[in-house]
Amino acid sequence: MSSTDTLPLPLPHSRNLAARSLRWRQAVLARLRDSALALLLPAAIVLLWHLAARHGWVAAQILPAPEQVALTLFELWDSGELWANLSISLGRVAWGFSAALLIGTALGVAMGLSKTAEAYLYPSFKALSEIPVLGWIPLLIMLVGIGEAMKILIIAKAAAVPITINTQQGIRNIPANFLEVARVYRFTPRQLWLKVVFPASLPSLFNGLRYGLTNAWLSLVTVELLASSEGIGYQMVWGRQLFQLDVVMACMVVIGLVGLAIDRLLQLAETFLLRWRRSAF
Amino acid sequence: MSTFTKQFQWLRARDLRGLALPAGLLALWWLVSHFQLANQHVLAPPQQVVQEGLSQISGGFGWDVLASLGRDLAGFFLGGSAGFLLGSLLGVSRLAEKLIGPSFNAVKQIALFAWIPLLSVWFGMGEPAKIIFIAMAAFYPVTINTFEGIRSVSRDYAEVARVYAFSRWQLWRRVIIPAASPQIFTGLHLALIYSWLATIGAEYFLKSGHGVGNTMIDGREHFNMGSVLFGLVVVGCIGATLNQLAVRFERRALVWRKPN
Repeated sequence: MSSTDTLPLPLPHSRNLAARSLRWRQAVLARLRDSALALLLPAAIVLLWHLAARHGWVAAQILPAPEQVALTLFELWDSGELWANLSISLGRVAWGFSAALLIGTALGVAMGLSKTAEAYLYPSFKALSEIPVLGWIPLLIMLVGIGEAMKILIIAKAAAVPITINTQQGIRNIPANFLEVARVYRFTPRQLWLKVVFPASLPSLFNGLRYGLTNAWLSLVTVELLASSEGIGYQMVWGRQLFQLDVVMACMVVIGLVGLAIDRLLQLAETFLLRWRRSAF
Repeated sequence: MSTFTKQFQWLRARDLRGLALPAGLLALWWLVSHFQLANQHVLAPPQQVVQEGLSQISGGFGWDVLASLGRDLAGFFLGGSAGFLLGSLLGVSRLAEKLIGPSFNAVKQIALFAWIPLLSVWFGMGEPAKIIFIAMAAFYPVTINTFEGIRSVSRDYAEVARVYAFSRWQLWRRVIIPAASPQIFTGLHLALIYSWLATIGAEYFLKSGHGVGNTMIDGREHFNMGSVLFGLVVVGCIGATLNQLAVRFERRALVWRKPN
């Protein structure tokens, strides 16, 4: 009997297990090697930075030592100063983003459902969204002053644009046969919304939320740098004015970490909310 | 068909309903300022704003625009080329990706404008700091898209190139770059938009010199609503024009690709 006629026998259990454990070990080793490679560059930079600061190659006012930055970060956190400023900033983002969520979805749904609403609103929306957030800051300062309202309006504008666009497109791109099926089954409007329109446009809605929240955080930093007396952006400006670059750098680390956290949280929420979708890959 | 109807066809072709809202707001603005319902300093009447805008144009505003555009393009080219180089390196070499990729992604998380205080200490308030900032804005999207474009080049193409015994340079020039070009263009397009934004931002924060952003900030300080609004419109128009140019150029450059 030639070997081609026989079915491949399953490997004996113990060998199978051994092969799997070997593969697992290789995977762990590869992971470890990758992490080591990833840390090589930052480690080299920090070392060089440390040496430069230690030997005074660069003035401390221009380049504080890395350990100084870490210490400052720790002290700012410990004294509660950092958290006080950060919570103010996060509060602004929360307010602005909530406003954007309301306005953006309302506008997006209206323009997505009704061609008439689109004909009236879209050109103005397009023209206004074409002007970057930064352009609006001086105008809004003139109109509503330098206070909280201006910041929240700026953040809301930054977040509302992607939310509106994605809501509109999500609704527009619902396949016509979904709606036909709903009509055949005589769905009530409520059912139509909850069972068809909302789930079908959810991925696009989520895209809008993601871009919206990222934009909100970016414009918060900008607006606080430009006009603020509290918040994480202000803390940076303050550090800059006193030539305390360790404060500036510590704040940059915090800003990066918050950006990362926002990104990761939204990814988690997306996989959770869209877990019912079966994708091909 | 009479020439008369033909002449007004463009009017019908465009949907005039979109003008209702801006016209309404303009009328409201005019009414509010005409009957002095709001502080005249805060809300100047529309005709005054137009007048101020016109006097801006005659008062050397063109030079400000040119200064901004020059800065924008310098930063765009600097950041775009650096991004193209890094993106190519990361795309071609797995080792480079493992070495540099994680650090790049970590640094990318820092909001762009958070670099301004640091840059202003390191490079001063002048032109170098501005151009470096604009270059950073262009650098990220080009790097990411070049990297992803090169990584998504089909293995089949590379195999064909091997069959034809292409040299490394030929593989690069004739296979990888053309196959990745749509995404590289996407990166460049994004970079063009971001670098214009960064130009305005740089002019706000690093106040020395001339530029559209400087005009707007000065206008606010002097309660000159006209120059702020005028600057706003110009910023929007230039942004939209750059965007259109990028779309046109992209279509032109990618015309060899057959639509599937």
